[in-house]
Amino acid sequence: MVTAPEPVDNDISDIKVDNVGDFTFPERNKFDSGFGVTEKTIDYISDVKGDPDWIREFRKKALKVFLDKPMPTHWATKDLENIKFDEFRYYLSDGQKPKRSWDDVPEDVKKTFDRLGIPEQERKFLAGVEAQYDSEAAYSNIKAAVAEQGVIFVNSSEGLKEHPEIFKKWFGKVIPTGDNKFSALNSAVFSGGSFIYVPPGVKVKHPLQAYFRINSEQFGQFERTLIIADEGAEVMYMEGCTAPKFETATLHSAVVELVALKGAKIQYVTVQNWSSNVFNLVTKRGIAHEDAVVKWIDCNIGSRLTMKYPGVIMKGKRARGEVISIALANSGQHQDTGAKMVHAADDTTSNVISKSISIGQGRATYRGLVHIPKHLKGCKNNTECDALLINTNSRTDTYPAISVRGNQHSTQHEASVSQVSADQIFYLMQRGLSEAEAMSLSVNGFINDLAKEFPMEYSVELKRLIDLEMEGSVG
Amino acid sequence: MPTLAPVPQTSSMPSEAAPVAAPPAGLEIIAPARETSAAPAWFLEKSAAAWSNFQSLPVPGLKDEAWRYSNAKKIALSTYQPAAAANEHIEAEAVAASSGLAETAARFVFVNDRLVVAETDRLPAGVICLPFEEALQSQAALLQQHFMQREMTLGSAKFAALHLAHVRAGLVILVPKGIAIEQPIEIFHWIAAEHAAIFPHTLIVTEDNADVTVVDHYRTWKAETGLSLAVADLVAGKGSRIRYIACQELGEKAQAMHLSSTVTARDAQVKNFQVQLGAEFSRSESVSDLLGEGSHSDMLSVALPTGDQIVDQRTLQNHKAPHATSNLLYKNALYGKSRSIFSGLITVDKEAHFTDAYQTCRNLLNSDEAEATSLPGLEINADQVKCSHGATSGPISDEELFYLKARGITDGESRKLIVEGFLADALAKLGNGPIADMVVSRIHEKLILAV
Repeated sequence: MVTAPEPVDNDISDIKVDNVGDFTFPERNKFDSGFGVTEKTIDYISDVKGDPDWIREFRKKALKVFLDKPMPTHWATKDLENIKFDEFRYYLSDGQKPKRSWDDVPEDVKKTFDRLGIPEQERKFLAGVEAQYDSEAAYSNIKAAVAEQGVIFVNSSEGLKEHPEIFKKWFGKVIPTGDNKFSALNSAVFSGGSFIYVPPGVKVKHPLQAYFRINSEQFGQFERTLIIADEGAEVMYMEGCTAPKFETATLHSAVVELVALKGAKIQYVTVQNWSSNVFNLVTKRGIAHEDAVVKWIDCNIGSRLTMKYPGVIMKGKRARGEVISIALANSGQHQDTGAKMVHAADDTTSNVISKSISIGQGRATYRGLVHIPKHLKGCKNNTECDALLINTNSRTDTYPAISVRGNQHSTQHEASVSQVSADQIFYLMQRGLSEAEAMSLSVNGFINDLAKEFPMEYSVELKRLIDLEMEGSVG
Repeated sequence: MPTLAPVPQTSSMPSEAAPVAAPPAGLEIIAPARETSAAPAWFLEKSAAAWSNFQSLPVPGLKDEAWRYSNAKKIALSTYQPAAAANEHIEAEAVAASSGLAETAARFVFVNDRLVVAETDRLPAGVICLPFEEALQSQAALLQQHFMQREMTLGSAKFAALHLAHVRAGLVILVPKGIAIEQPIEIFHWIAAEHAAIFPHTLIVTEDNADVTVVDHYRTWKAETGLSLAVADLVAGKGSRIRYIACQELGEKAQAMHLSSTVTARDAQVKNFQVQLGAEFSRSESVSDLLGEGSHSDMLSVALPTGDQIVDQRTLQNHKAPHATSNLLYKNALYGKSRSIFSGLITVDKEAHFTDAYQTCRNLLNSDEAEATSLPGLEINADQVKCSHGATSGPISDEELFYLKARGITDGESRKLIVEGFLADALAKLGNGPIADMVVSRIHEKLILAV
């Protein structure tokens, strides 16, 4: 059995803020699974969370898969070899249930999320918000009007306990445990994340939002998100992610499963701003049934290594999958991102637009998959990748794979690599801008058409983050 | 395990090239017969090392990135033996069937890797144009400098080693400084026995400002099966120009591998054009190393797979010098249950600023069961570059068909015209002239059967 440690003071006087927008907060964990992951870790997490038996078994089977499965080898970056799985803590919690009122949230957590603008966002336009701090939700709320429509928006632990009939039906069905080594790890130690169910025909007018924060050093965060939009339903979900900069590496390995049933529409917006030593290895996939739409809008800033390829399986006729992504790789960072589009029914369409910016010695990679198997007709895919290189040592790679069978489909893939033209910078500087400002404006111009796809607040945040990353990158 | 007697390199009494119903042993275990050859010691050593290398290298598997979507086991080495010389009657028939260009500067015909025709009297003075075995004797320095010096990075190191172990046919061409050979050099390689394997090699070296065009034909004569494992080394000196066309028309049960490497010095220009019409499984690997500033490489291909044919294409545009340009255009028109796999990569080194590189692969799917896979890639390490790639696949558009049919052209003829139009921009890179006419007519012949 788990023995809860003595509570610690919630003193926030030792909050540190450094000069590049990073800030750290003291840890105040009651539950800590310790370093490394074994069956004991699983039991510890299951005990603390009060998991039902099937989840405990599910976790243990996943652990075995994780331990047995080799790292991605022939194509993946060698930096993966630097992940020391035994040096991470896999579960940390303050042992408190998520607060429904912002006033009840502990001061230090509140201060963290205040800085990230969560309450302000919620007051303005969100239908619901969840703020997660290390492994567990710190605050979770949904507007009464949305709840009355039958929309469920809780963290995954609550979803599992309170809505097992829906949760169990879809959990692990879009991304099976053995999909890859990191999805297996997540399946073993997952905690936190969101569970959303939108009943048939309900169109959630305002976005639902979650904010994830890694607050502790040498911590692995493994949230698990499951969103189900029932027939004809519509929902937009937005997530933001941050982590302060620690001396040691941090691991974030999420699994996100989306299910858009007939005629439903799910938009999933991510703006992540991890610190530069986070290994960010995420598996995201959606299933779109007949006439359904799954759209991923993804912005990757920060992290040491991001490997993330949001995918859509278009299972029903006329389903649509879309990935809009922006990646910014600064020195010491590798943004290995992309998209997977699997057409599995007639007349399905997919669209991928990816833009990347490499600054300093940063490396941005696009890795894509488009698959149109036999016996289908009328499928279409369009993929566009543009890479911008800012400095001499920047690097960019593009590795798409497009497989099409049959003469009733159309696919097109285009990728280009360019740099900000000297003429453009000169033109802007002639009008009084500094070189850095001119470069920042040019970069923002490069991503402008995609930034418009983000909700306004996120679009503004995105531009600010890009300005921040561009500081000192020119000259 | 049965072993075969060594195959003589040249024989005054060619053996009957009767079909071998069930070969007793394949290439996997038949060591090359170098002990009977008059090849120099350095080459015999190199060849023996290659044989040892071949035996130790594993057959690439589906998990090897360079063989993704393909299968090296399709090249059934165990079913092939090094081709034995055909009889004179068969050789004469093959020579008579060697229809290609009307006018050539030199013309060679090899049947089962044995030189049958060598016409060189129209070559300008000073040009070296020798059968491979003869060059081994007299051009050791040239061969030691350029023969298979490039590392095989696109997945076929094992097959390249096999080629090196067995090579005995092909041409070695050196065009001295400033000499332009106006007419093309044409070479025919025939497989004229079932289960026979040939290992043709083409080495073209141009010195400063020289100019040459070479056409290699790979064909089968009255044989359904066969393996052509060919290698072409193209080495272009400063300001020189090489146009190389490999036209593969092997029988539909044959297998073909064509490994080519291009090296360009300052301001050199090389055109490497692959025509893939025959073979059950054909794999081409083309590497272009742009080593000199201002150099240019064109990598072109047209393929027309039908039935169960598989066309596997791997390319690398390797920019190592600034201000160099490369342009790749691969066009595949697929019929039946055929498959195409294109995997191409543009790499730009840190120093290769002002690179201008393009890569385009377009697939026209003419049947409901044809399958096209495209893996275009970019790896860019310099910032002052213009690089892009594009890959498309799609059917003939209904509007285009309607337009032609509304003008009284039959459905079949309309489709043929559209496919010819689809291939036209790649073929246009051959320019107007007898080579373009020859390639177009070969495509046209196959297209009539396909449509």
